[in-house]
Amino acid sequence: MAVDAPEKQVEIQKEALLEAARRLFSEGFDNLHCVTAVDKNDSIELVYIFYSMGSRACTILKTRLALNDLAVESLANIWRSADWLEREVYDLFGVKFLNHPNLKRILNPDDWDVHPLRKSFERPDIVKKTRY
Amino acid sequence: MEAVKENLQTEEFWVNMGPQHPSTHGVLYLEVKLSGETVVDLITHIGYLHRGMEKIAENRTYTQFIPFTDRLDYIASMGNNLGYVLAVEKLMKTEVNDRAKYIRVIIAELQRVASHLVGITTFAQDLGAFATPLFYGFREREKIVELFDEICGNRLTYNYMRIGGLQFDLPKGADEKIRAIVKYMRPKIDDLESLFSSNVIFTARTKGVGVLTKEKAINYSVTGPNLRASGVKWDLRKDEPYLCYDRFNFDIPTGANGDSWDRYKVRIEEMRQSLRIVEQAIGGLPDGDPTVKIGRIIKPEAGASYMRTEAPRGELGFYIVSDGSAYPYRMKIRSPSFSNLAVLSELSKGIKVADVVCVLGSLDIVMGDIDR
Amino acid sequence: MVSILTFIVMIVVGAVVLGFIAVSAMFLIWWERKVSAHIQTRYGPMRVGWHGVLQSVADVVKLLLKENITPEGVDKPVWWLAPFFAVVPSVMVFVCIPFGNLFGINLIARDLNIGILYIMALTSICVLGIFMAGWGSNNKYSLLGGMRSAAQIVSYEVPLIISMVTAAMFAGTLSMQKIVEAQKGMWFVFQPNMALAFVIFVISATAEINRTPFDIPEAESELVAGFHTEYSGMKFAMFFLGEYTNLFIVSALAATLFLGGWQGPFLSPVLWFLIKTYGIITVLMWVRWTFPRVRVDQLMGFAWKVLTPIAFANLVVAGWVLLR
Repeated sequence: MAVDAPEKQVEIQKEALLEAARRLFSEGFDNLHCVTAVDKNDSIELVYIFYSMGSRACTILKTRLALNDLAVESLANIWRSADWLEREVYDLFGVKFLNHPNLKRILNPDDWDVHPLRKSFERPDIVKKTRY
Repeated sequence: MEAVKENLQTEEFWVNMGPQHPSTHGVLYLEVKLSGETVVDLITHIGYLHRGMEKIAENRTYTQFIPFTDRLDYIASMGNNLGYVLAVEKLMKTEVNDRAKYIRVIIAELQRVASHLVGITTFAQDLGAFATPLFYGFREREKIVELFDEICGNRLTYNYMRIGGLQFDLPKGADEKIRAIVKYMRPKIDDLESLFSSNVIFTARTKGVGVLTKEKAINYSVTGPNLRASGVKWDLRKDEPYLCYDRFNFDIPTGANGDSWDRYKVRIEEMRQSLRIVEQAIGGLPDGDPTVKIGRIIKPEAGASYMRTEAPRGELGFYIVSDGSAYPYRMKIRSPSFSNLAVLSELSKGIKVADVVCVLGSLDIVMGDIDR
Repeated sequence: MVSILTFIVMIVVGAVVLGFIAVSAMFLIWWERKVSAHIQTRYGPMRVGWHGVLQSVADVVKLLLKENITPEGVDKPVWWLAPFFAVVPSVMVFVCIPFGNLFGINLIARDLNIGILYIMALTSICVLGIFMAGWGSNNKYSLLGGMRSAAQIVSYEVPLIISMVTAAMFAGTLSMQKIVEAQKGMWFVFQPNMALAFVIFVISATAEINRTPFDIPEAESELVAGFHTEYSGMKFAMFFLGEYTNLFIVSALAATLFLGGWQGPFLSPVLWFLIKTYGIITVLMWVRWTFPRVRVDQLMGFAWKVLTPIAFANLVVAGWVLLR
């Protein structure tokens, strides 16, 4: 199997995110590879995957947002790659990123008001799962 | 001169490129603010091909989702297949046997050659070399596509990789054909290179155009040939070897300036390196049965994993969350073209409108990969 | 006093020339498709007639039957006139192109004594049609295309005309017929000065008729189709006709001014003229289907910083050679 980079998972409070991100950046995690979210029904979990080009290390930051308070500091001012990745999360999950340079929907139409990757999103044409 | 400038009323104006436009590689929409011929601002709009792959994934079993990965980066379907099955295998902590690994490497590298052939020649087409390089590129690619057709029965959307193996073993005589393709391809790549590299106009159009610095490339999370063209020696096949890439000898070509020329040059060199890998892999192809041994319904234990592979266009990552059922709880596809396109707006400021097309072509994006 | 007979002859010659232009343009379109196809490892048109020779006829019929669409918001008079401005001057140039010599009669509609001047004047008018099309379409792509075209054609006119002047100096006349006769002993292109002028002429002529690598007015990859984006049906066909007529004209001029015109051994002069002209056309097609397009600033830079100085220097040297 794959020889992976040493992978570290850290779960933090959302208030500490920006602080932690700044520290990671100063520690040489220069590549914010992926920003995504997982709908845990009672909360939304944000996942940030960082890589360091120099030390080949990987850090995964996770933070949970309550459904009634879906806002978190944007990292787009530290890593430009976060710009589009955060817009995607905003578009698909409705998480607001504070101080984001251009927080608009990226994949779906601007005038749409639902967030399709939420578990609560239902449409009649979604295939029903068979139980295995 | 100053007086003329004061009296002449000039204004900047917006031009819409796309969503239907000959050189936006699909349905990409660029809003370009022009001052004469110079680009002042560029806004990228995507999403015209958004099919909700990630939502679809939540309603399909792990195996059922494989054909959907074909439709991500449809120029390099095998690369997506591979990235997906590796991610699921990592989640399940299983491993395939050696023969399956070798065949996967061969297929992935041939796919890389085919993909770069399309990438380079459509790039030349964007520069105005109307259709001629494109036809040459497609003629060469046809050999690989025909081989894939023979191996798995499809020409574009292969659906060949399986979780825990492959759909079929290589058919009889396929290794001879692969060797023949490697032998055929080498001089053809040289031909293609001489068609471009010794062309004064091609050089003048690409050198120094759309310079992407090392720092910017990493900060934007640009990956693949575009990153290497900026001078970063980074290739997952070498740096975090998956499958059995650590058993083969190959070099990672890098560029010096990060301009469009370097991005083209890196791709040409990468094709040669891919052929080297294919040659070694086919030489050492082990025996065994590469087909799937685990059932069609897979229930990985609850957890999450992130796996990234070096697809032809860059690093393709799958973040899969499992809740222990037969369906993924959540799947994030981190596609290479998505992050590579994000940098376009930055590269386009201050260049000529014709160079926007050049930069876009050199980034080699596929809209299916971006919109998902 | 023009007698009735002369008048009839002029009408007949005019009809023959017009017929020739139409047939030639149709042939050139077919030929271009064939040449490009074989360069690109394809066959090209194969269905209509033997190897698709009647393809252009079918296309013309199709274009004639198409609906005449006038988009809303175009500047109507300008938009309607533009295709005519693109075609008529090119047709008028045929007046003084020497096609050859048949049974002792010079095949030239009118051997004007200021032939070269007349041709220069008319080829400059073509840009008006393109610019009008770009302006009248009320479309940003078209406007950009028209602007580029105006800038490009005006720039390349300078080296083009200077290289033509070099030929006129060597011949000592402005009449096309006499220029051909002056090359009786040796084609101009075999003299070093004229060889250089020939190269400059061909390069600037390629730019003048907007063909790759200088086809930026209709740069498909950024401007969709440039100035003729909004045109369809017969009006589009007019631009097409104009384009291929221009292609024929510059090749005919190159043949006449530098390659000895219709003169040549053994074969009939008309045949020689056509061989040379279509030879140059084929080379231009070869170039078109091989090269990428230059950028607009590079194009301008090349015209003003490279071609024009060389053309002027060549002119001075040519003058010195002649006076020596």
